[in-house]
Amino acid sequence: MQTARSLEELQALAKQIRRHIIEMTGAAKSGHPGGSLSSVEILVTLFFGGVLRHDPKRPDWPERDRFILSKGHGAPALYAVLAECGYEAAPRELLKTLRKLGSPYQGHPDKRFLPVLEASTGSLGQGLSLAMGMGFAARLNGNPSRTYVLLGDGEIQEGQIWEAAMFGAYHKIDNVTAIVDYNKMQLDGFIKDVMELEPLVPKWQAFGWHVLEVDGHSFPALQAAFTLAREVRGRPTVIIAHTVKGKGVSFMENNPKFHGVAPTPEEVELALKELA
Amino acid sequence: MPLKTRYELNLGMATREAFGRALVELGRENPNIMAVDADLSKSTFTHLFAKEFPERFVSCGIAEANMVGVAAGLASHGKIPFAASFSCFLLNKAFEQLRVTVAYPGLNVKIVGTHSGISIGEDGPSQMSVEEISLACSLPGFVVLAPADEVATRALVRAAAEHVGPVFIRTGRPRVPVIYSPDQRFEIGKAIELVEGSDVTIMANGLMVAEAIRAAEALDAEGISVRVLDLHTVKPLDREAIRKAAEETGAIVVAEEHLVDSGTGVRVAQAVAEMHPCVMEFVGIQNTYAESGPPEALLEKYGLTAPHIAAAARKALARKRGR
Repeated sequence: MQTARSLEELQALAKQIRRHIIEMTGAAKSGHPGGSLSSVEILVTLFFGGVLRHDPKRPDWPERDRFILSKGHGAPALYAVLAECGYEAAPRELLKTLRKLGSPYQGHPDKRFLPVLEASTGSLGQGLSLAMGMGFAARLNGNPSRTYVLLGDGEIQEGQIWEAAMFGAYHKIDNVTAIVDYNKMQLDGFIKDVMELEPLVPKWQAFGWHVLEVDGHSFPALQAAFTLAREVRGRPTVIIAHTVKGKGVSFMENNPKFHGVAPTPEEVELALKELA
Repeated sequence: MPLKTRYELNLGMATREAFGRALVELGRENPNIMAVDADLSKSTFTHLFAKEFPERFVSCGIAEANMVGVAAGLASHGKIPFAASFSCFLLNKAFEQLRVTVAYPGLNVKIVGTHSGISIGEDGPSQMSVEEISLACSLPGFVVLAPADEVATRALVRAAAEHVGPVFIRTGRPRVPVIYSPDQRFEIGKAIELVEGSDVTIMANGLMVAEAIRAAEALDAEGISVRVLDLHTVKPLDREAIRKAAEETGAIVVAEEHLVDSGTGVRVAQAVAEMHPCVMEFVGIQNTYAESGPPEALLEKYGLTAPHIAAAARKALARKRGR
């Protein structure tokens, strides 16, 4: 089982994950750096911050907590985190084969190539339903496993998310925690200019969820939110994590261009200097 | 050919009801069996399962996309979920979820479509499913089953539960004739020869199997020797039975309650073309949506009854003989 790392260690890991994301997408010459960078603290908190009960030595442990990257385009961040955790199926030295033929690190998460993934994703809107099924089954099996699912903000424009939200409240799936990576941007630009999500907190509340709002780049805030979510009974929790798209690299921050465009070799060099 | 004594074709239960009853039996034997439904449990007969195993019944409301995702999540934890709804809603509304969440990772989810084909009757085309064989067969790794009667359904629902991997089972609304004796054995991917014959082969599934038998009886009276195969498994096809039919009878008719240009027939034609090209004719729904009406009248109007199959067989035989 992974134990919680210190704040300094979490910060150092976040920087290391960001370097991986830049190098991976740079080498692949394609991919989604912006939404990968915005989710780094969320993933590092889950995998290294004492939230997710998992053991890289025992990936098949039945009572492990599950993590689903519903926003599958954020795959580089998840791959880097799994590699840093030390999962045998996710070798660090192959990270730069992202998106290459035969790589475990496919363009979007693919269980066939990386069996430690809990789900194959990439078509938006589907992960929350999967999490609901996992939560329902774990409860029925008396399995203490909890399920965490990371949603993109643009992703929750999909209608299926709200079908799953209704399901979660009705069936009292309190062993599932959803996180919205609320970086306020999607492929075509700012969320507010494509399809506004606000008022977001009341929406989830109206659907019967326990809602928390946090700074998605603050480890203590994220850890506190996950602790609260674990304690709530009778309804699922959603953590609205306010984030910055492209976080950590000055010229990528809040720049919609880097939703789905990889950094050039020059940009990789600049970014790595900032993340030194 | 003792056809008339072999098949009395007495009316039995609907295949959807046979599914619901079979699921209860399985539920008693295996605590991992679950039912997942989208507000149609009284029509899909999963209400029988819900009554006996309320804790293993998952009500999803009218939300098929979420239902398929939930079923996938249950399967991820070792459950064997049977997600049921009308075929048209399940395969059309949740096709993308079947593709990405179920087929792509190859999860052990069972999908049961009821009210398939045009024999749902009076409800009309918005509820009729005439393309789901095509959709289900386009999902890599899926097994696709279309049982003909209550005996076949019971056996194939059991086979689906035992098979590890995604399965689609196509069932219908109306009561259908009983073809099989209760001890008939069924194996996924193995066609069943119901009538021996050497001039022409009729392959069918679902409620068209009984019609195929009736057509064979009529043709037998004309001195035409007809082989009838129940292709209860559309995927994977029984290529050996198809090859033998092509080689030994040289003429094949495929009859299905489905759009004729995207269903079982085209899959059989592909296999025939690869192994042993022969004359083929196809009975099914042409390039159209049907309409409201009594099931029997609809089947007659849209060309899905024994006389239509017999006519196609005569045509195939004439072509084979170069006339």
